[in-house]
Amino acid sequence: MPELKVSAIREGTVIDHIPAGKGLKVIEILKLGKLSNGGAVLLAINVPSKKLGRKDIVKVEGKFLSEEEVNKIALVAPTATVNIIRDYKVVEKFKVEIPDVIEGILRCANPNCITHYEYVTTKFYVISREPLKVRCHYCERTMEEEEILANL
Amino acid sequence: MEWTGRDVISIRDFSKEDIEFVLLTAERLERELKEKGHLEYAKGKILATLFFEPSTRTRLSFESAMHRLGGSVIGFAEASTSSVKKGESLRDTIKTVEQYSDVIVIRHPKEGAARLAAEVAEIPVINAGDGSNQHPTQTLLDLYTIKKEFGRIDGLKIGLLGDLKYGRTVHSLAEALAFYDIELYLISPEMLRMPKHIVEELKERGVKVYETSDLEAVIGELDVLYVTRIQRERFPDEQEYLKVKGSYQVNCKVLEKAKEELRVMHPLPRVDEIHPEVDKTKHAIYFRQVFNGVPVRMALLGLVLGVI
Repeated sequence: MPELKVSAIREGTVIDHIPAGKGLKVIEILKLGKLSNGGAVLLAINVPSKKLGRKDIVKVEGKFLSEEEVNKIALVAPTATVNIIRDYKVVEKFKVEIPDVIEGILRCANPNCITHYEYVTTKFYVISREPLKVRCHYCERTMEEEEILANL
Repeated sequence: MEWTGRDVISIRDFSKEDIEFVLLTAERLERELKEKGHLEYAKGKILATLFFEPSTRTRLSFESAMHRLGGSVIGFAEASTSSVKKGESLRDTIKTVEQYSDVIVIRHPKEGAARLAAEVAEIPVINAGDGSNQHPTQTLLDLYTIKKEFGRIDGLKIGLLGDLKYGRTVHSLAEALAFYDIELYLISPEMLRMPKHIVEELKERGVKVYETSDLEAVIGELDVLYVTRIQRERFPDEQEYLKVKGSYQVNCKVLEKAKEELRVMHPLPRVDEIHPEVDKTKHAIYFRQVFNGVPVRMALLGLVLGVI
């Protein structure tokens, strides 16, 4: 397979094995379009993958992800792997995992949920990973993938 | 299960054993109340009833239950008479009220408000209805009523009729009934079907569920017909309400097709969904159902206060 024409990064994060078509969503939810450190963000869409057939890849220069950000990626791209790069080398590599409880990173899709009216950290229980389904701890409404993505 | 200090927020927090324990405790208290007229279990304890949304029945039922346990009651019956009108947060209202009371009962128009109140308060909180989400004490009194009438819940064919989309009582009741070996008939206009995720969950839990909009086609099968009001106030759009208003009326003609032992229940208030002529038939048990709210709420108050 020919080498990908995407620059290597010296320090930062490579998010690999993103399902094809979800790369832009990853950039959106991590707000990488507004990266404040001046680092480059590289996106490869629909590249060949042994595991997935086709995949997206996001490379972010000079940024390491918080746990919250990794959890957000897991919701959008559950197959993704995160590679931590230092001095052009992969120093750590892990698969994202959807946690059992999602706190603080997702808004409830129910407009009448108390979380939209009071100071409160949102909390959802994952009731199914495939298909993705979560339940709001407060209003108990169930959200499916489309609503989850719209409320990240 | 430790009951003292426990919050009663959602029927989802209950196991079948919890439910059975509450029903047995209610039965005991009802018997004691009948014998003695008045009980003293909660003497010196104060219940705060915080009704951010109007409700006569549930509020009076809780107040009656607390008085019959020998305790006393403070509170408000609508948000406009509380500091909420001045812009106070629910969190602050709860933190304040818990300084004055031993247990809080809350009714709120926003879903999840009771759960938040329970997290904020150090004293037990009982949900008396949060938006269209949960109304667990209504569910427990509904189960208590069915059990009193039939001596059992298992083996019954139960129909839920009316607004199954917005009606919180039917959501909680359906979830609780899933603990039992029952068959559930969900009867509603197409627009007001039970939410898909609840139906799926019921099926996953092994309940035989039948969905229909034709009451007359299934009424002959049922042991219990649980009728709900189509709640104008829950509709985001008045036009949508007008399309389904008056979809069903249970009257003596409809009941001709029913089994002798069919019991008609309703969480009340009713508008026109059960004709008053039904009141005199042996099928009508909705006023007995109202009474049953008192022993069930006495049981819950007594248990969470740790006095019974």
